[in-house]
Amino acid sequence: MTLLNQKLTAIETAIATIPDGASIMVGGFGSPGTPFALLDELLAQGQRRLTLIKNDANEPDIGIGRLIRAGRVERLITSHIGLNRIAIEEMNQGRLAVEMHPQGLLAEKIRCAGAGHYGFLTDIGLGTEIAGKRREIECDGQTWAIEPAIRADVALVHADLADAYGNLVYRGTAINFNPLMAMAADRTIAQAFKVQAPGSLVPEAIHTPCAFINQVVQVATASSEQGRSVHAV
Amino acid sequence: MPSDQDRILARAAREVVSGQIVNLGIGLPTRLFHYLPTEMEVLIHSENGVLGCQPLAPGSEADLEMIDSGGAYIGTRPGASVFDSALSFAMIRRSRVDITFMGAFEVDQLGNLANWKIPGKFSPGIGGAMELAQKVDRLVVLCSHNDKHGNPKILRQCRLPLTAPRCVSRIITDKAVMEVTDAGLEVIDIAEGLEVAALRAATEAELIIDEQRLGRF
Repeated sequence: MTLLNQKLTAIETAIATIPDGASIMVGGFGSPGTPFALLDELLAQGQRRLTLIKNDANEPDIGIGRLIRAGRVERLITSHIGLNRIAIEEMNQGRLAVEMHPQGLLAEKIRCAGAGHYGFLTDIGLGTEIAGKRREIECDGQTWAIEPAIRADVALVHADLADAYGNLVYRGTAINFNPLMAMAADRTIAQAFKVQAPGSLVPEAIHTPCAFINQVVQVATASSEQGRSVHAV
Repeated sequence: MPSDQDRILARAAREVVSGQIVNLGIGLPTRLFHYLPTEMEVLIHSENGVLGCQPLAPGSEADLEMIDSGGAYIGTRPGASVFDSALSFAMIRRSRVDITFMGAFEVDQLGNLANWKIPGKFSPGIGGAMELAQKVDRLVVLCSHNDKHGNPKILRQCRLPLTAPRCVSRIITDKAVMEVTDAGLEVIDIAEGLEVAALRAATEAELIIDEQRLGRF
């Protein structure tokens, strides 16, 4: 437990709580919502043998791409790594263990852990090659796959706005996995562009209540790195 | 003379009905927005968590926290909303998305779709395709009729790992528009200037063709 009035933390102190071998959820879909400042500090501090849980692998030179390149990541639980050729190469060479899930199932497995459940039943993926890898049960005359929840030791999330108690407001498509991951780890460290005094956020507009947040770090507004991710479509 | 891709997209635009919620897959389908009539009232869903997105107006500044699932910076239209990834996929699994357009490596006469993995060559992960394919009521595949070596992509049975079984409603290629029916693959339209025999020769799947009713596009 972190006392309400002791959550505002220096970035070095917050990241120093993460040990080697930790499992870490990282918010973001591509660049938006990725806690770049927290990840860069993690790179600087040198923690190793990490398990990362993120929708994608960012790109080779930013975010978790830099940790993968530096050989700090042992295992990656993800949905799609097509924009990171280094991650694909590390996977193919057997240097990075990659566990892939359909995107919506990955989100739901994390949501489920955050809601305090063991897992859920689904018909997604029946009749495809992922079917044989999961336990199935019969319920009400239908076949269902059991999808266990995914939890982590630490979650690193990015918010637009926070207050000093750790209430969070996300913005635009930077919401993505952040509110789910904020609830699914034993400790959650949030970075925010703006940190305000308690009472300044509209209670109804808060996405993640402070009960789920252990530490809040204020970071500089949108770095150029966050703008680098433009892809031709 | 319009390119093959232009013809596919122009024909695909006719599949969209005003008032629908529409998901556009990465690649060719993303460009479909530009072929919809400007007065058409539809909400484009992108599975990273936005309903009501649209391409950035030329010359307008990008908001770094607004992208679609293909990674392109986007704007939004009136009535748009943003939400988390679990909710975005709840919308998909509850079939609240009316129609989705996707590319394909292979598609077959039973409506099976393979568009995410070529074992040993290409396996970046399935992303959101599996749930979209399985749960959206109407899935329209947009792809070239043959691969770059001329091999058919419209098959009797998919050989690559499936995205989802029996999920495709309609296939639009540069050569034909085909509907997946209980009886098999029924050709609705054939490309302008193409003979039926040439279409059959370019296709592995069995095609049901009624020449009296065949449209051109």
